[in-house]
Amino acid sequence: MKKLINHPANVVKEELEGIALAYPGLVKVHFEPNFIYRADAPIPGKVAVISGGGSGHEPMHGGFVGVGMLDAACPGEVFTSPTPDQMLEAAKMVHGGAGVLYIVKNYTGDVMNFEMAADMARAEGIRVLNILIDDDVAVKDSLYTAGRRGTGTTVLAEKICGAAAERGYDLKRVADLCRRVNINGRSMGMALTPCTVPMAGKPTFELAEDEMEVGIGIHGEPGRERMKLKTADEITEMLALAIIEDPPYRRTVREWDEEKAEWVEVELEDPPFRPGDPVLAFVNSMGGTPDIELPIVYRKLHEICTKKGLKIVRNLIGRYITSLEMQGVSITLLRMDDEMIDLWDAPVKTPGLRWGM
Amino acid sequence: MTITRSEELTITTKELLMCLHKMAEVLEANREYLTSLDAAIGDADHGINMDRGFKAVLAKLPSVEDKDAGTILKTVGVALVSTVGGAGGPLYGTAFMQAGMAVAGKYELEPQDVLAALDAALKGVVMRGKADLGDKTMVDALTPAVNALRRALENGSGLTEALEQAAAAAEQGMKDTIPMLAKKGRASYLGERSIGHQDPGATSSYLLIRVMADVARELQTQQEP
Repeated sequence: MKKLINHPANVVKEELEGIALAYPGLVKVHFEPNFIYRADAPIPGKVAVISGGGSGHEPMHGGFVGVGMLDAACPGEVFTSPTPDQMLEAAKMVHGGAGVLYIVKNYTGDVMNFEMAADMARAEGIRVLNILIDDDVAVKDSLYTAGRRGTGTTVLAEKICGAAAERGYDLKRVADLCRRVNINGRSMGMALTPCTVPMAGKPTFELAEDEMEVGIGIHGEPGRERMKLKTADEITEMLALAIIEDPPYRRTVREWDEEKAEWVEVELEDPPFRPGDPVLAFVNSMGGTPDIELPIVYRKLHEICTKKGLKIVRNLIGRYITSLEMQGVSITLLRMDDEMIDLWDAPVKTPGLRWGM
Repeated sequence: MTITRSEELTITTKELLMCLHKMAEVLEANREYLTSLDAAIGDADHGINMDRGFKAVLAKLPSVEDKDAGTILKTVGVALVSTVGGAGGPLYGTAFMQAGMAVAGKYELEPQDVLAALDAALKGVVMRGKADLGDKTMVDALTPAVNALRRALENGSGLTEALEQAAAAAEQGMKDTIPMLAKKGRASYLGERSIGHQDPGATSSYLLIRVMADVARELQTQQEP
């Protein structure tokens, strides 16, 4: 293992120390429990948007803390969900009296930890709603799996919901918006190389020189299918068509019902893409794929979207939700509406995403 | 430890603490093994997480060593929830917290208390993780273990023998996860490719029950002339 680290056990701690020093006017870092939060939090009367997950996906989530996006982010160990005490303390630190939205990627550990945290925060009198992101079309069914994983749509939901909270939306409205972003977003990723978790010291799976892994998540886990390496155009087409032609996706998720004051099963359905849909096209590097290759993917994605009648109204191209140094790419398409476009365009100032201010 | 009749072992809080120390040792020794099982069908962190969690447990134990078994077990659960992360944190954390509630206030555990604690732990895991038997999870090791323990005690076995049977059942349950198709957790995303691999969570559950059986046997042996 070759990494720019001092000791595998100190990676997250030293990363956070560096972040605190690098962006003093923008974010602050709390240690034990660990979380990154807006330097100007709490903002009275504003819904606090908090996310979190395993480390190793940088800039997500810590890099998206700041004005117009997240109020706090809770980093776990590499590829390991953070713990409820982090999420609880982050909520107590940043909530401005208007409630807290936890944006949770659908992984078994993340879901359970955020549910425990929400229960604990409510016990302390803080209003909390959890919304799941489950957008990875590589997972076909929800009956025999833990359901679709949360991937690229998470970044887009954090931006759009962060902007909504900044505008003064109330908690229910921000949560409804987050759910709407989730059901309109679909993603799929692939890997050319595996990645190495610092504490494990060796790659999480092995790929021959002429092989690739398709349908990966974001945790260095093997994907759905291993196949011979193909060209960028062929790979892009495979991912894009899996997303665009994905049928309606139905599943039940657990959400907190404020009126009943209990967790309830909610049925959700992702409508399929249709010709004429305005979309945001997001081409994301898994970490190790250089910027020179991403426009090659975008070029083909643009061609396919055009052919399928989808109108790309916004795009995002770069390294935003990664798996350490993994080479590979993920594509996300999000069906947009005017409100979402407006919130997407709203000013944002975070270490990882910045425009308009 | 007290032997009231030749085969009736009870567990004092001192022995419970010894058992928890031994669990931490075994998880440290099996860190790479559990992590490699997890690398095959998950995200290669289970051994690392469990080792980190039980090291945190060891750090907390001195503050509760004169407390009742319920408080000790609840402290273990809280330490695990706040340090393990992943799915293992809430699941094992809930297991130990529920076990603690089942034996609240007790300083000495009778065989029935051990059964009640393990049964509560299993119910906690099922409630938190929503897994069924056969989903290729911890539940596949814990369920047969609790059933074997209950059956053995009902049939008049002493605690040592009953825990031995529980450990054997957990081991079989763990091995039975190999041909299973994972339906919960990250392994479920592999579909058919999860078949042929032993579940890391079922493995750590077996290891912990094995420790309980070994500790009971050790105590029994020490007491026998």
